Amino acid sequence: MNLLEQQAANRRRTWAVMAVFVALFAVIGAGVDLFIVGQGETYLPVATLAALAVGGGQAWQSLQHGDRAVLRSTQAVPVATRIAEAASDDDRLRFRQFENVVDEMAIASGLPRPQAWIIADNDPNAFATGRDPDHASIAVTEGLLRTLSREELQGVVAHEMAHIRNYDIRLMTVVAALVGAILLLADWSTRVIRFGGGRRRGSSRRSGKDGGGAIVIVFIVIWMLAIVLAPVIGRLLALAVSRRREYLADATGAELTRNPLGLARALEKIEAHVAPTPAIKRGSAHLCIADPLGLRIDNREGWWANLWATHPPMARRIAALRTMAYEGIRPARRV
Amino acid sequence: MLGWVLLGLIVVTAFWAVTVYNRLIGLRNQKENGWRQIDVQLKRRHDLIPNLVNTVRGAMEFERDTLTAVMEARAKAMSASGPAEAGRTEGMLTQALGRLFALAENYPQLRANENVKMLQEELAATENKISFARQFYNDIATKYNIARETFPANTVAGAFGFQQAELFEITEPAERQVPSVDLSLKKP
Repeated sequence: MNLLEQQAANRRRTWAVMAVFVALFAVIGAGVDLFIVGQGETYLPVATLAALAVGGGQAWQSLQHGDRAVLRSTQAVPVATRIAEAASDDDRLRFRQFENVVDEMAIASGLPRPQAWIIADNDPNAFATGRDPDHASIAVTEGLLRTLSREELQGVVAHEMAHIRNYDIRLMTVVAALVGAILLLADWSTRVIRFGGGRRRGSSRRSGKDGGGAIVIVFIVIWMLAIVLAPVIGRLLALAVSRRREYLADATGAELTRNPLGLARALEKIEAHVAPTPAIKRGSAHLCIADPLGLRIDNREGWWANLWATHPPMARRIAALRTMAYEGIRPARRV
Repeated sequence: MLGWVLLGLIVVTAFWAVTVYNRLIGLRNQKENGWRQIDVQLKRRHDLIPNLVNTVRGAMEFERDTLTAVMEARAKAMSASGPAEAGRTEGMLTQALGRLFALAENYPQLRANENVKMLQEELAATENKISFARQFYNDIATKYNIARETFPANTVAGAFGFQQAELFEITEPAERQVPSVDLSLKKP
């Protein structure tokens, strides 16, 4: 697949996963409202709405202040400050180069220039944050600037710029909110089932009175399964979205630089440094260009390992980028 | 009854025309902004060159011809009128700079000089920005042209005189009129 086809395929798959996600939430929510809350014949799905409100509130909070919190927790410093206080000329040149590359990618994407930050950490890594292109930040570690050539750095910054252009931070926040809402509903239900089983039985018997008994029982079984599996399924779906967006950001980044091999080579170098990035905490892992926990999980192929990774296997990302370079950006069949 | 149907059709058509018109305006403004970005970066390159030449002059006393060639190419590029000439003179300037940097490799004291390295980085970044700005302009101009030419939007585009956008190599001189932008570089 060439670059534009890869982008389209990744967008489609994101929507497919999101649809499964919303369906799971709807099933669990409907079950809770029918069997547990549904005593007073109200038609308002109270529990579902309450869970959505809690999740939505968390999402809003994190969209407003999440970027500052992440940057503070990594102790990132604005690049201008680092240039002014650079200890050596080499460092100043490196920081200035990063600033220039961010400018270049902002021009290539036609978006406002994001704030550029530097993290004092020797492991090569980078992330983007901020709720929309007008409030975006790109942060890289000093290790990244020391390890990569200019061309490779451009590939990495383009990948982060692509996350910003594709609104991935917002998407992942919505996903996190959905996971939270699903967990909340599952938690409520298990408590009620454990301590108030009588009410549930009463309500389901009443629903079964109009002959749809079999359907109700099937739905109850599905619902119970969904509740038991909700924490696992929710997490797995969130990870699936995260991996799709990484592939998409690689493809969009390649569109910005028109040089997929720059990022491919950067990923090879980053992969060679499997040490963890101590400055970046677990909660921000999905934002990074490579898993900051330094787990070798991203580098391991295999169905089970891939299921639990925030990022696709490096080897596959590099292979996809090399395919783009080989196929070039021909006028695509579909744009 | 027929009157109502007719009225409904007119209202729907008007709404549609307004939507198309606004989309075309949006794309046209983006395209023009993209064009100005190119000129901003070209001007920045012209501003950087005297710094570079002054910094390397002492060490490259014997390469006076190369330095003069760079300054002459810069002067020509700055006074170029019309996009065709500008394209040619900017290309010559790029070549002259390339020669200068190739020769500078022979001077170890220049290769180690922080000011030269910094200027080289600034010039490389500016060249990149020029080409990315052109890339963005061409992408957005293509998008605008597609929006302008596809049926049925082309009826609106025709009625309101939306001109075909030309891609980078061949552009109208009038479009090169740039607002002056202060891009004075912090002196190293």
